[in-house]
Amino acid sequence: MSSHSMKKYKIGGLAPLILVLSGLCLVPFFLRAYLVEVAMMYFIYIILAQSYRLIVTVHDWQLYHIVLYGVGAYTSGMLAKNLGVPVFVAIPLGGAMAGLVGMAITLPLLRTKGWGFYIATYGLAELIRLTWLKFRNPFGGSTGIIDIPWPPVIAGIDFSDRIPYYFFSLGVMLLVMLMLYRIEKSRIGDSFKAISMDPELAASTGINIPRHRLMACSIGGFFAGVAGGLLVHRLGAVDPKLFNITTTLYLLIWVVVGGTNTFWGPIIGVSVMHTLFELSRPLIEIRPMFFGLSMVLVLIFLPGGLEGLISKAITRLQKRDRVAPVET
Amino acid sequence: MSSQLLIQTIANAIAASGMLALIAVGLTLAFGVMQMANLAHGHFFMMGAYTVYALYALGGWPFWWAVAAAVAVGAVIGLIVERGIFRPLQGDVVSGFIATAGLMFVFEVLVGELWGWGLSRPIPSPYMRAVRFMGAAVAFQRVLVIPFAVVSIGGLMFFMRRFRLGRALRAVAQDPEAAALQGININRMTALAMAIAGAYAGLAGGLMSTIYAITPSLGGHIILPALIVVVVGGMGSIGGATLAAVIFGFVMTFVTTLVDGVTAVMVSVTVMAVVLAIRPQGLMGRVIA
Repeated sequence: MSSHSMKKYKIGGLAPLILVLSGLCLVPFFLRAYLVEVAMMYFIYIILAQSYRLIVTVHDWQLYHIVLYGVGAYTSGMLAKNLGVPVFVAIPLGGAMAGLVGMAITLPLLRTKGWGFYIATYGLAELIRLTWLKFRNPFGGSTGIIDIPWPPVIAGIDFSDRIPYYFFSLGVMLLVMLMLYRIEKSRIGDSFKAISMDPELAASTGINIPRHRLMACSIGGFFAGVAGGLLVHRLGAVDPKLFNITTTLYLLIWVVVGGTNTFWGPIIGVSVMHTLFELSRPLIEIRPMFFGLSMVLVLIFLPGGLEGLISKAITRLQKRDRVAPVET
Repeated sequence: MSSQLLIQTIANAIAASGMLALIAVGLTLAFGVMQMANLAHGHFFMMGAYTVYALYALGGWPFWWAVAAAVAVGAVIGLIVERGIFRPLQGDVVSGFIATAGLMFVFEVLVGELWGWGLSRPIPSPYMRAVRFMGAAVAFQRVLVIPFAVVSIGGLMFFMRRFRLGRALRAVAQDPEAAALQGININRMTALAMAIAGAYAGLAGGLMSTIYAITPSLGGHIILPALIVVVVGGMGSIGGATLAAVIFGFVMTFVTTLVDGVTAVMVSVTVMAVVLAIRPQGLMGRVIA
């Protein structure tokens, strides 16, 4: 009974979804220029957080996701700048590169368990980031790469303009969401969930765990790379500082505060935390402490994240709805 | 490389090994007892360094009193983190790990707001002399950490083998449930492990504060080498961490001297990946069934 009504609420999400989407289509025409740029960052961060969640469902809290985002940015930027690859081709190629790198990093560590794995992924991520820092040619060292080509004019629409690029990144985000949603609901998604719940049981039913972990890491890496491509062709520049451990910490904060149990968690996490991030600009010095503390507190007192809190509230609301007619 | 530079680099490498060992031993001990990895461990080191900065350089305390205070500060922070984060999250290892990542931000802002964000003023060394050895001069302050590392790590190993309390720590590390059945209070043991871990990191930070340029982000720089040492040594193995600290102390110092610091980290990470690909449990780690 209760699970049935829960389901109704989730499918009933379609109406708000359409509302939100039409809202997203209208806002760029009314917002200040700066806020449209901020909105694009939300899209990029949601892709990042959502693709990270896919990897988290296999219980691999690896720490190289942000660096794969960087791999996508560097690859796409360099392909477009040095080889003249069209921007809209370079972005998926950057994603493919990030997926490959993700697989290459995970492969030697597959037999390392638990902490060893997380820490080794952090180490290898630093290795890649330091490579950008170390080799001025071709990566530009600490100043990075500038003058990365803007997107072209297609069918009279100039995608280097703010509003067309807003719709382009919105479209990419929705496409990525749709693909990740389909993956989660597919057989592969079920296998991922089985692995995170009980690896031994999953293995005994014939799920090849190393293969699925590699798969999760490369699919997640691909989308992180796409996010990087979206970023780099808007900024027009890229440097290694964008992808350091601080950014990784913010990714963890979005995902943890939002919750990872359902698809909507990371979206909630990015929406809430990045809004707070933007609002707290006047407090820039102590802002990291607030974010660090909020993550610690959520972990201790709200293990399911904000998403868990909301679904709990909905269940409680429904119980009251069900009880109410009896009372009257 | 001239023989003078060679000797100097070897001395520096030994000092770096001592410092890495002091940091890594605490990290690996805490991991062994709680199965929790503490990403904010480098920030314990940083807090130790700032304690000496505040008390000795600013407050005019004698150097050794300030170092003793750094040890105490480290231990207290270790206890607070155990009580505030690890104990409520007991059993949830992923959350513990991520929570300490959030803690990195907290410590950094705390120190930055208290003592300023930029580079602190250099701390004057209490010992300006240099040790002369075969034509090479090595700053006395730099080698100071070596006897401390030897004594405190040797002492810890002795404590873990010979003392009742130390054996209880090892029992908890091997099998918490069986240890609890023997009447060992697990909460007290994890608190003890975190206090030791914090104290050792505080000691290392205090001793090295006059050599390093200390900034609030120092912890973030030191944590990666420390984690590499712990993983390569085998998580939870004190002997392994010490061995790996010596290996990476030499690798990092020599590569830094011959090429540069960035390359040193890159080489260390590569060595780590190779070791893990061959021996996933690290050099002296136990295989977890």
